[in-house]
Amino acid sequence: MKLPLNLKKKMEPFFYLSPALIVMIILIAVPITMVILFSFFDNVIINKNPTFVGLANYYDVLTDPIFFTALKNTTFFVGISVLAHLILGIMFALLLNSKYIGKKTKALFRIIFILPWLFTEAIIAILWRLLLNPNGIVNYLLQIFNFLGTSIDWLGSIDLALVSVTIINIWSGYPFYMISLLAGLQGIPQELYEASSIDGANAMNQFFYITIPQLKPILLSLITLDLVWTIQQFTLIWMTTGGGPLHASETLSTYIYKQAFSSFQYSKAATTSVIVLLICIVLAIFYAKQQKGEGLK
Amino acid sequence: MNKKKKTQRIKILTIVLLTGGSLWPAFPVFWMVLNSFKPNNEIFAWPPIWISENFSLESYFSIFTSPEKLRYFLNSYFICGVVVLLTLFISILASYAFSRFDFPGKKIINVMIISMQAIPPITLLIPYLSLIVTLRLYNTYGALILTYLLFTLPYAILIMTGYMNTLPKELDEAVRIDGGTRLNALWKVLVPSAVPGLISVGMYTFLRAWNEYLFALTLTKTREMRTVPVGISLLMGQHAYNWSEMLAMSVLGSLPVVILFLIFQKYFISGMTAGAVKS
Repeated sequence: MKLPLNLKKKMEPFFYLSPALIVMIILIAVPITMVILFSFFDNVIINKNPTFVGLANYYDVLTDPIFFTALKNTTFFVGISVLAHLILGIMFALLLNSKYIGKKTKALFRIIFILPWLFTEAIIAILWRLLLNPNGIVNYLLQIFNFLGTSIDWLGSIDLALVSVTIINIWSGYPFYMISLLAGLQGIPQELYEASSIDGANAMNQFFYITIPQLKPILLSLITLDLVWTIQQFTLIWMTTGGGPLHASETLSTYIYKQAFSSFQYSKAATTSVIVLLICIVLAIFYAKQQKGEGLK
Repeated sequence: MNKKKKTQRIKILTIVLLTGGSLWPAFPVFWMVLNSFKPNNEIFAWPPIWISENFSLESYFSIFTSPEKLRYFLNSYFICGVVVLLTLFISILASYAFSRFDFPGKKIINVMIISMQAIPPITLLIPYLSLIVTLRLYNTYGALILTYLLFTLPYAILIMTGYMNTLPKELDEAVRIDGGTRLNALWKVLVPSAVPGLISVGMYTFLRAWNEYLFALTLTKTREMRTVPVGISLLMGQHAYNWSEMLAMSVLGSLPVVILFLIFQKYFISGMTAGAVKS
């Protein structure tokens, strides 16, 4: 069959888009629809003929104290991680952008500062289990410098597990901010600083009145992306504390995983997934607004 | 204080801060590498042994001589390779559509692709597992390849579109004026000009696929199908923690990424920042 030329021309862009669209529709649209459906049915996957239960799963999840522990822990984990990523990212980016050091020194330090970002989460988890072991180097160093009397089981303690996984996540995540901000810093017109120096602005003024406002669009994008990434952090927590001890470092992602693969409560896991998805959709809308037009002319 | 002296002081201060600050990222890595050469019983010695007299490559040899562990590496390389090629192919086509055509729904599709980056994979894990089982892909390379495409395509399309937009339209139009087809123009002219962008996308894709743990853990079952991150976590569960082997495997598992990064860092950093942030 021969298509009319006009229609053929109109369809042409979709020919190029079709592989991407097919993959994405099957692999994104279908699972999203499925997970939403799952959340309204009783024990899906295990149950051959699941029955519609309305909001019963939501009731179950929202009355589960462990869900709230996970929500609270996730809020702490995400809040502190994102804040620390931001501060470390800006600090290191400013240092690496200094005009007082040579190109080669800069390149060397840049690679060192990026290091954590090149490591797989599974490996980062092992690395920090090595460092934070009761007989590990962190305890040793803290003791010889007299910060600590006896060794601490960082990852095994109810009081410290969440703090420990947060520290690990901070270690692994700041380089992304650092590189992006480094690019952003180089895009700020030098004249702005020169003009403000003539007006008598000091480094502090310049940072708050030029650097930060100029970086604002990048900062907002970075923070939104990081929020989404940190909410879903699973591997680091799973391989260091497993959400324990006694749910002390349980987050929404370890909660979802355990509901599904330890308790086989697939409906409850799906319901929690939908709740997390809703949180992320709000963030995604914000992110898309930030990025609007990117890639389009 | 004169200006030269002041500059000198700032310079020294910057170097001191940089050196001090670099302990935070570098020391853990240094400690991991150092310990991978120690025998197991020295790894948690108290006080720690810095320079061991029993330095050995034994744990590395034990990985190279274990077919099971080599298989993890082969699986990872194969999956990552296929994902990189497919991602590049699909994103080249899609970015061409975005960059050279105007069509109804362009904006909406674009925003949808951007927003996909914000969907946490873990929320799709459960339906995804049943989808993969239904498609009879459970415990196959196909399951992981498809999954990783999903993670890498939105970013790849975004970056490639940005990159294509920087290439002048006259470049491919010239081919078409000479009678070439659009596809001809795309493959013969645009793709070769977009090599830096392709490298950046390829690196990112490799990294994403190489690092993935959750889906690799959930969608595969037998040891023959496991990837490096899952393989490492399996070592963790084994006989009283063979730390030295775990660390050696971690070093070997990080090496490809570090090497790739050192070779391509220029393209990679510029591409990555262009995609993540609108500057």
